Amino acid sequence: MIDFLSQPWPWYVAGPLIGIVVPALFLIGGKQFGLSENLRHMCAMLPGKVDFFNYDWKNGAWNLTLIVGIVIGGWIGSTLLANPDPIGISEATKSDLALLGVTRFDGMLPTEIFSFEGLASLRGFIMIVVGGFLVGFGTRYAGGCTSGHAISGLADLQLPSLIAVIGFFAGGLIATFLLLPIIL
Amino acid sequence: MTETKNTIGRLLPYLLVGIYFGIIFTKSEVISWYRIQEMFRFQAFHMYGIIGSAVVVAAISVQIIKRKGIRSLDGSVISIPPKVLGKGTRYWLGGMIFGLGWALTGACPGPMFALVGAGVPAMLVAILAAVAGTYTYGVLRPKLPH
Repeated sequence: MIDFLSQPWPWYVAGPLIGIVVPALFLIGGKQFGLSENLRHMCAMLPGKVDFFNYDWKNGAWNLTLIVGIVIGGWIGSTLLANPDPIGISEATKSDLALLGVTRFDGMLPTEIFSFEGLASLRGFIMIVVGGFLVGFGTRYAGGCTSGHAISGLADLQLPSLIAVIGFFAGGLIATFLLLPIIL
Repeated sequence: MTETKNTIGRLLPYLLVGIYFGIIFTKSEVISWYRIQEMFRFQAFHMYGIIGSAVVVAAISVQIIKRKGIRSLDGSVISIPPKVLGKGTRYWLGGMIFGLGWALTGACPGPMFALVGAGVPAMLVAILAAVAGTYTYGVLRPKLPH
């Protein structure tokens, strides 16, 4: 059992376990699954007079509590249940990334970029700060992220969510094939 | 005092759901920048399998809830407000902007928080930048096409 838990979990285990949270949140308190809402709640905590943030952030306390849990779960998953082996991504991805100069695959991400030392370089700044900014701007503009649109929205067969998900992929492909070769 | 207790009791289930999520995100490597690259390069089924099977399970559950008119534990009716399409600009354009950021950071909003717990404190900077991005959207919102 512990062996199984410490191995990476396959998609057919993880996917359904994630999907079942959508009805679970509805049943617990009539809440709709969408994690990027929390970024808006954080803005609503700040003083200011922007209409879009002029509401009581405490209405989102349940969702903010959920992301506190995610931080704790991330810690548990990477310590108590840590996978001792290097990440098992495909050889094709490894060789593509090696051509871009990413050659270490011993963690969840290239730590030479996603660290405070990495942040001091131009490429680290673009990937972390510019990337983070685009995530925050884009997700609110689109009205949701992977959880709100790709999972909750598609599960409810909403056309706007399908359009958003196609947009996610268009943006991701542009960044992967046009921007990363320049940045890295 | 009782009010504080009530609040904690009310929020506890969400804390547990979050912990459950954080573990799944980490153990399925959804939080990995490498996995997101693998997905955008179409070199493995892993991420597609996760998102696809999550949608199928969620869709079946949502249909059951809707058709049977199931209520939440506190007795309230579960309503799922439909998203307004309008001209649709916000969905494709906002979606593309999000996608650019997703591929650069290798993390969407949920996994960003899991990564902080998984020992990548630099992700706190990405989260702050994402809050700044959301704030900027809030300020520009009246001027943007939706």
